[in-house]
Amino acid sequence: MTNAELELKAIQLRKRLLKVIVDAGAGHTGGGLSCLDILNVLYNRVLRVSPETVADPHRDRYVQSKGHCVEALYTVLSDRGYFPEADLETVCHYQSHYVGHPTRQIPGIEMNTGALGHGLPICVGMALASKMDDAPYRVFTMLGDGELAEGSNWEAGLAASHYQLDNLIAILDYNTLQITGHTRDVMSTEPVAEKWRAFGWNVREVNGHDYAELTAAMADPAVPGQPTFIIAHTIKGKGVSFMENVARWHHGVPSEREFEQAIAELEHREVAS
Amino acid sequence: MSAPAPSMFTPAAKAMAQKLGLTMGRANLEEFADTLMELAEADPDIVAVTSDSRGSGKLAPFGKELPKQIVEVGIAEQNLVGIAAGLAACGKKPFAVSPGCFLTARSLEQIKNDICYSDVPAALVGISSGVSYGALGTTHHSLHDLAVLRAINNLTITVPADNFETREAIRAAALATRPVFVRFGKAAMYGLHRPDTQFEIGKAITVHEGTDIAIIATGETVIHALLAAGELESQGISCRVLSVHTIKPLDAEAILRTGRECGAIITVEEHLVHGGLGEACASTLLQGGEAKPFRIVGIPDEETVTGAQADIFRHYGISMEGLTSTALDLLQRA
Repeated sequence: MTNAELELKAIQLRKRLLKVIVDAGAGHTGGGLSCLDILNVLYNRVLRVSPETVADPHRDRYVQSKGHCVEALYTVLSDRGYFPEADLETVCHYQSHYVGHPTRQIPGIEMNTGALGHGLPICVGMALASKMDDAPYRVFTMLGDGELAEGSNWEAGLAASHYQLDNLIAILDYNTLQITGHTRDVMSTEPVAEKWRAFGWNVREVNGHDYAELTAAMADPAVPGQPTFIIAHTIKGKGVSFMENVARWHHGVPSEREFEQAIAELEHREVAS
Repeated sequence: MSAPAPSMFTPAAKAMAQKLGLTMGRANLEEFADTLMELAEADPDIVAVTSDSRGSGKLAPFGKELPKQIVEVGIAEQNLVGIAAGLAACGKKPFAVSPGCFLTARSLEQIKNDICYSDVPAALVGISSGVSYGALGTTHHSLHDLAVLRAINNLTITVPADNFETREAIRAAALATRPVFVRFGKAAMYGLHRPDTQFEIGKAITVHEGTDIAIIATGETVIHALLAAGELESQGISCRVLSVHTIKPLDAEAILRTGRECGAIITVEEHLVHGGLGEACASTLLQGGEAKPFRIVGIPDEETVTGAQADIFRHYGISMEGLTSTALDLLQRA
């Protein structure tokens, strides 16, 4: 798929994501929209995994550490054919397998996440297992910037560089907002690139909505002997004008009117592209 | 020169052990380390994961012998358990080994989510558990672990009493396809079982028959229960002793049968009196309609007395003498 085709798909995925959240009556709208382009590139261009290879021991692993943005992950997985699109209507519903955070019950999801600061240590274990078996698979995770305040990330950061895990790629969805407000006001992570460099990581910075930049950083990330930390600068609520950069959309659920307005905006862009 | 560690057993208790034909073995910790090494030599997917704990875990020979099967994470218990989860999810059989006090408190959320909720076949090994670290104080005691882990879904909890139970619990953990927690101490243990004893996860072992009273014990308190049974027998009181090496799933059948057949019940554990074996038995008995005179012996809900493990056990009545006295009191024969 060309960049233009992927960008068009992203508009469709955003519409579906909003529908999932409205149907669920819950969800993480702002963060879902900010990380959607990253997931779109990961699942359509980068990850060596497909619905047919979910049990292949050599598949690439993706663990979503910022588990609260599960609706975006469900939307992308369904689009890639991991499960029927109709399943999305059951997210968060009584007795549905589609919980409000990732679980391994869903085809394509590797680990149960949702409590923050868990994905990176798990991925260090997975990347170590790959090295021990001399296997070809790589391990990817996505973190939120607010999540970096969890100390376990830094424990894992030490271990990944100690063990020279060049098969490990962490992507930071750096949308600068968390539930309380700006990350810089809640608990500053800056200078985040220097911190991860100082921890021995290969650090790259990209526009997290630019398909060429994301692809270049994620598809061929490795510096031999170093894990990779991709800082993806993103916009919380990306794609819907009134949601962009507004903290209340962290887990705001659109009203009927807001939903219609958002869909209209996205459709306008879809027609134009 | 430091003072020698106080003995866990009085001369009378040692004489009773001899009378019962018991012989002193080694620390369960050493049995664990050797068993894990044997298993790992045969199975390259077994990986020991340590948090600067290979010395305390007696795993230095393992590290030397099988350097590709040990992962050191440094003093970082959350990372220890998270890494173990990732290894387990990718086909490895990790044994995360760390002092019980840190493993089950610092990394509790990783145990709950990364191991149990994600349902990966990792083994969590709490070494020097209970009050093994004695005088080092509350930071180093794990008297909460059974309570908090019982409240987490999808975890087998084993507390072996002697070298045999430790070896069998570690073998079972290596074969398990779901999460397992094993905890033990570092003091030398008497052997409790005949060579033909069968070990099965979830099945308590009767180590002494009797019906006047029963002591249901777990882990390294079972020996004291057995010695007390010997002492009670010499006073004409028959005392059944159960070694409940699996706290979860609990052998409800054996506990209810004991409740039916015995006149009174004491439970004993190296754990706070809240949330451990005692309350698990109380719940099982009461819900099963068996209400007998009942007493929970363990560490009370107070700031634990300072002292070596032996001092703490004696202080709280976890000894042949203490349990005998509790039994007589419960039977109103004191």
